[in-house]
Amino acid sequence: MAPGLLQGSDAVARSAIAAGCSFFAGYPMLPFTDLLEAMARRMPSAGGVCMNAESEIEAVNMVLGAGAAGARAATGSCGQGIALMQEAIAEAALNEVPFVVFNMARGQQDYFQATRGGGWGDYRTLCLAPKDVAEAVEHTQLLFHLADQYRAPVTMYGDYLISHTYMSVSVEPIDFGPLPPKDWALDGSLGGTGKSRQIWTWAMGKADAPGPGPDLHWQRIAGKFDQMAGAEQRWESFSCDDADTVIVSFGTAAPFIEQVVSELRDEGVRAGCFRPITLWPFPESALADAARHASRVLVFEVNAGQMIDDVRLSIGGRIPVVPVGRVSIDFSGMRQGEILTIGWIRDRVRDLLAEGAIA
Amino acid sequence: MTTAPVSPGRKVADALAPLQISGEHHLCPGCGHPVAWRLMLEAISELGLERRAIGVVGHGCYTNIVSLADIDFLQCLHGRAPAVATGVKRVRPETAVFTIQGDGDVASEGLAEVLHAAARGERITTIMLNNGVFGDTGGQMTAASVVGQRTKTSLDGRDPGDHGYPVPVAELVAALPGAVYVARGAVNNAGSIAKTKRYIKRAFELSAGGEGFTFVEVLTMCPTGWFLPTADGPDYIAETFEKTFPIGALKGS
Amino acid sequence: MSETVVSRGTVTIDTERCKGCELCITACRPGVLSMSEAVNATGYRFPLLSPGCTACRACRDVCPDYCFEVFRFDTPVSEQA
Repeated sequence: MAPGLLQGSDAVARSAIAAGCSFFAGYPMLPFTDLLEAMARRMPSAGGVCMNAESEIEAVNMVLGAGAAGARAATGSCGQGIALMQEAIAEAALNEVPFVVFNMARGQQDYFQATRGGGWGDYRTLCLAPKDVAEAVEHTQLLFHLADQYRAPVTMYGDYLISHTYMSVSVEPIDFGPLPPKDWALDGSLGGTGKSRQIWTWAMGKADAPGPGPDLHWQRIAGKFDQMAGAEQRWESFSCDDADTVIVSFGTAAPFIEQVVSELRDEGVRAGCFRPITLWPFPESALADAARHASRVLVFEVNAGQMIDDVRLSIGGRIPVVPVGRVSIDFSGMRQGEILTIGWIRDRVRDLLAEGAIA
Repeated sequence: MTTAPVSPGRKVADALAPLQISGEHHLCPGCGHPVAWRLMLEAISELGLERRAIGVVGHGCYTNIVSLADIDFLQCLHGRAPAVATGVKRVRPETAVFTIQGDGDVASEGLAEVLHAAARGERITTIMLNNGVFGDTGGQMTAASVVGQRTKTSLDGRDPGDHGYPVPVAELVAALPGAVYVARGAVNNAGSIAKTKRYIKRAFELSAGGEGFTFVEVLTMCPTGWFLPTADGPDYIAETFEKTFPIGALKGS
Repeated sequence: MSETVVSRGTVTIDTERCKGCELCITACRPGVLSMSEAVNATGYRFPLLSPGCTACRACRDVCPDYCFEVFRFDTPVSEQA
């Protein structure tokens, strides 16, 4: 398609369909609702199914079933609804069912949920945090690819600004390379042949072909997530090579920080900005490298301080790591809370630089 | 093992059900679940659904069927099987999708899921094995335990003042237009077993044929959970359980 | 004094898999199953068949451990009780 002015939700929906998503289920909650509605509009003519599920728990479990049957499937919500989905996300991580979860979050307060997970067991959830609609379009398709590549549920950290902002984008199918066939997917066809399939977190197998059992199965999966951690880190940084101050931010907050850093540079301040694109796996060594000449790291996030934990782990205590943001529901679209403007952020950063930004 | 007959004779019944890999399991002496397993597998085989069947199984002693039967299975979260089965069926409408769950799985944890799947008329069958306890976790009360029933969490017997009344899931499902066939059977004697097999077979036939949501509740014995000698399990169903949960076809034919 | 009983069928019983639940004893319509004195390797008593089986399959239908195969004779057999 030629580039067009698309609302973020609609662009993500189109991108999911371009990636071959054929099953979507969700429950309305702002700012995810527009994505559900976009899928409801587009899926039928694309030959897929969009279900308005009766709860977030049902939505994610429907998606788990669809993924287990081999379809590219997705759901989403905002943080509260994603909270209800945790058991099923963990379940899918541990029985290796791929699907995509779009957290159109109410701001940046779900970072812990996105990266630490609230499910059960030893698992990790790969999370991409796009900074704008164009990146969200690419990430949508990348997420379906990575879900299938690793046979695991994966998430997008979106928000109101992604969901509602209009941007001129072109949505085309992106080829990320070949994937193995889904011969593990359930389709009933091997019933009675002695080779019927099984998807079970406990991996017990069949009486005549015992499986590895939970210990060995989960050890192997832990190894898979280690491999993912090594291979899938993504980040972006600007003007960090000689930066004395590096400001870290994620998602839609990042363009604000890029603007502030650009203005500081114009004034001769040696500032740089670093953005993790994967919230998990967090690009620890890349951040440590970006801050190697810095004497301080500032962390701007629209919450009480969540990503800052990962920043501190990356910096390892070498230099102060100082929070710059605060809780605000402004990014949620709920029309509550004080709006965080570039001006507010710039003043806050300047104040900290003036103080010497001692933690 | 006793030996085969010396006189000329035809085998009229196999020990194992069709599609059954093994008869070895760890369920208690006198448990009703393995009888219900056999009825489901016979129904699938007799309807010719082996190459279409996908079972979505909840959490309970009955989960062991996943290891014992040669069909595709997805073992899922407690209570969620009807939602999971919905996802499977919607992306593979040609398959014969069914759930196997206990009363704890359906009546307690998963009441919303089964009612919504029925309301939507999903072309799946839910089999609810009702023994009035959470057997796998040691015999606690479920939403289907009957008044007066002693369990680990109602040691003096279920008391309506404290614990309320049992939930009749089959009746609730039957009230929904999307459910086209609803029945309740039992496996405590040969007569009920034969009737229950007909219910299960009809339920599979209708959902696999695309008619709508079908539901069969099967009263099964759990002498362990009921604090009874194994031989008394069948009578408990006939004399107590069936008074709260009458058997028969509730809806459709 | 010995009686003869007509058997229309017979069963094989997996006595080692049996868990001694005794549901078959009650289910048997002609009443030709009774529990052994001996126990199997797991420690359970198991059913023994006497003459008079009618191949009704009730034992096999109620058994939770899949212990019974059922056979019907082409010609009923008279057996010593």
